[in-house]
Amino acid sequence: MTDTPANDVAARAEDRSAALVRKRYRAERRFRMYGLAAIMAALGMLTVLLFSIVSSGLPAFTTTQVALNLTFDAGDIDPDGSTDPAKLASGNYRGALLKSLRAEFPGAETRKGRRDAINMISNEVTFVMRDMVLADPSIIGTTQRVWVKSSADIDQLAKGSIDRALPESDRRVNNRQLGWFEKLEREDRVKTTFNTTFFTTADSREPEQAGILGAVVGSALTLLITLLLSFPVGVMSAVYLEEFAPKNRWTDVIEVNINNLAAVPSIVFGLLGLAVFLNFFALPRSAPVVGGMVLALMTLPTIIIASRAALKAVPPSIREAALGMGASRLQTVTHHVLPLAMPGILTGTIIGMAQALGETAPLLMIGMVAFIVDIPQGFTDPATVLPVQVFLWADAPERAFVERTSAAIMVLLTFLIMMNLFAVLLRKKFERRW
Amino acid sequence: MPEENTPEEMEVTVESNEAPGATQAPKAPPTKVNARDVNVYYADNHALKDITIEIPENRVTSFIGPSGCGKSSFLRCINRMNDTIDICRVEGKIEIDSADIYDRSIDVVQLRAKVGMVFQKPNPFPKSIYDNIAYGPRIHGMVAGKTDTDELVEASLKRAGLWEEVKDRLAQPGTSLSGGQQQRLCIARAIAVSPQVILMDEPCSALDPIATARIEELIDELRQNFTIVIVTHSMQQAARVSQKTAFFHLGELVEQGNTELIFTNPVDKRTQDYITGRFG
Repeated sequence: MTDTPANDVAARAEDRSAALVRKRYRAERRFRMYGLAAIMAALGMLTVLLFSIVSSGLPAFTTTQVALNLTFDAGDIDPDGSTDPAKLASGNYRGALLKSLRAEFPGAETRKGRRDAINMISNEVTFVMRDMVLADPSIIGTTQRVWVKSSADIDQLAKGSIDRALPESDRRVNNRQLGWFEKLEREDRVKTTFNTTFFTTADSREPEQAGILGAVVGSALTLLITLLLSFPVGVMSAVYLEEFAPKNRWTDVIEVNINNLAAVPSIVFGLLGLAVFLNFFALPRSAPVVGGMVLALMTLPTIIIASRAALKAVPPSIREAALGMGASRLQTVTHHVLPLAMPGILTGTIIGMAQALGETAPLLMIGMVAFIVDIPQGFTDPATVLPVQVFLWADAPERAFVERTSAAIMVLLTFLIMMNLFAVLLRKKFERRW
Repeated sequence: MPEENTPEEMEVTVESNEAPGATQAPKAPPTKVNARDVNVYYADNHALKDITIEIPENRVTSFIGPSGCGKSSFLRCINRMNDTIDICRVEGKIEIDSADIYDRSIDVVQLRAKVGMVFQKPNPFPKSIYDNIAYGPRIHGMVAGKTDTDELVEASLKRAGLWEEVKDRLAQPGTSLSGGQQQRLCIARAIAVSPQVILMDEPCSALDPIATARIEELIDELRQNFTIVIVTHSMQQAARVSQKTAFFHLGELVEQGNTELIFTNPVDKRTQDYITGRFG
């Protein structure tokens, strides 16, 4: 039966097809494995990144305080006994503090010992003392136990970032300071609290006084300018190109150029801002208004491209329906097409804003990299932004700035995730089917 | 201009409900749309060649022909929807009530309010049923105040035979209706601005036979007040609803005339082949 050539051919064909099927299944399984492996690798890298940032950044959200007996010496603070607030404000609080430290830390009498003692605590303590006196002058002449912020080095010691077993020469904290600190610990005069300073102040040379708020406000002001400039201009450009412009060589050229602009390195926009906004128009340096303008230039192509895609996604039947009803082109766009495209446009805008929020290079060119200790109050005040703050802190040598760098990255990532989440929610809520 | 020809109107209605027999209308109705030597080009493609046709008032005129023959293109010339296509060029003359619609003095927005259109795929606005109807009258300033609008919406939906089905859910989106209801909504929307001519581009091609029958009835009712031009692929539909039929083939208007005559006694060989199903 299998002898005949015809049967032979049929049997062989069947074998071949069975082999093909097996091969196809194998190929499919293999392909899926590759995909899965790629996902795992991506997730793994992301986890490592997040873990390293969070683990090194979390300590920055706490700070160490020590309880000191502060003597508000009348001779230093209020030598005349006038209790006049203006005089009290200019009292010698440093002298009073030094006296307190001498009483608190044995061995702080010498010049070197005094420096060690001062370096135990944050140098904002003199201001804390002044504020206490101004709030309640009756404490002059008394000794109060006050929880004060430790210096960044002592903070690191308390958090275990400084190894106490190291030889003294390799340690940021010397043996005398270590002895004082261990005494405080034994007396239960050391506590860890939430680091509110980090969220309420701007940059500082002293890590324990440095905060992120200045950069957050700077970012907010900059992004506001960016949004106000790029959203209307971007949407109008997209509407014109998509709904009104004739399709000819010129619009093709414009389209290609817009797409190219989206790929231009951001530092080029920074150079442009430097040359045009600062040098030609003489706008203020380091100001959110200029930063916002530069970032608006950078965000425009993103918004235009996203808006055009959103407008394209509105089915032509809606336009035909409106035109067929006797709506003018403008009415068709404003009454029907634009509202339907708006969720997509807004999503694109938010993504563009998130990009702008994370942008560093162009802002370096226009001077937003300056060290600024004041929280900006307006669009022309010197300011810095979150990613630049990260950049600045990453450059700082103090160990305490390492954790603050990671903490600032966490704050930046939180803002970015929130913006992207908002974009997703917006898309979900207004998603329409035709 | 409107309905002064009521007696004849009655007669035609009777005639279309009866089997085609005594077809000779006593007197020809006035011409509403008059097209002379219309040529349409899409870039270099000569899509319509020397179309000359008269479309009678308060009648249903159907355009039949195979796909790509230009019947939809011609329909879209009548309310200048082709203006929206950059590469499209229209030559020749189309007159509505003896006024050339391609004249410079004609405002295309007002023209489209006068010549309504219903599309192949039901395309209600993604708004409420109420707003779908009210949109046209609002932009043309035909209503003032809420009661006015309410009345017009109700009247339009009633004329489109949709009122009973939707009167309790006017706030629901128009897209939530069934396909046939959506198409009737689109017709209601078109008649809400009181056009004189209604163009229908294969209005039933996306609908099931029951919804189709419903629309055909509606077309027959609307004929009393509007001049209707319908493009259809279904020859039965053309025979059922129209009084005049024009057969298009490869961009040419091959034959036109009384619907009964076209279907029973076509002059041209191509018409005969098409209506007997030999090509198409």
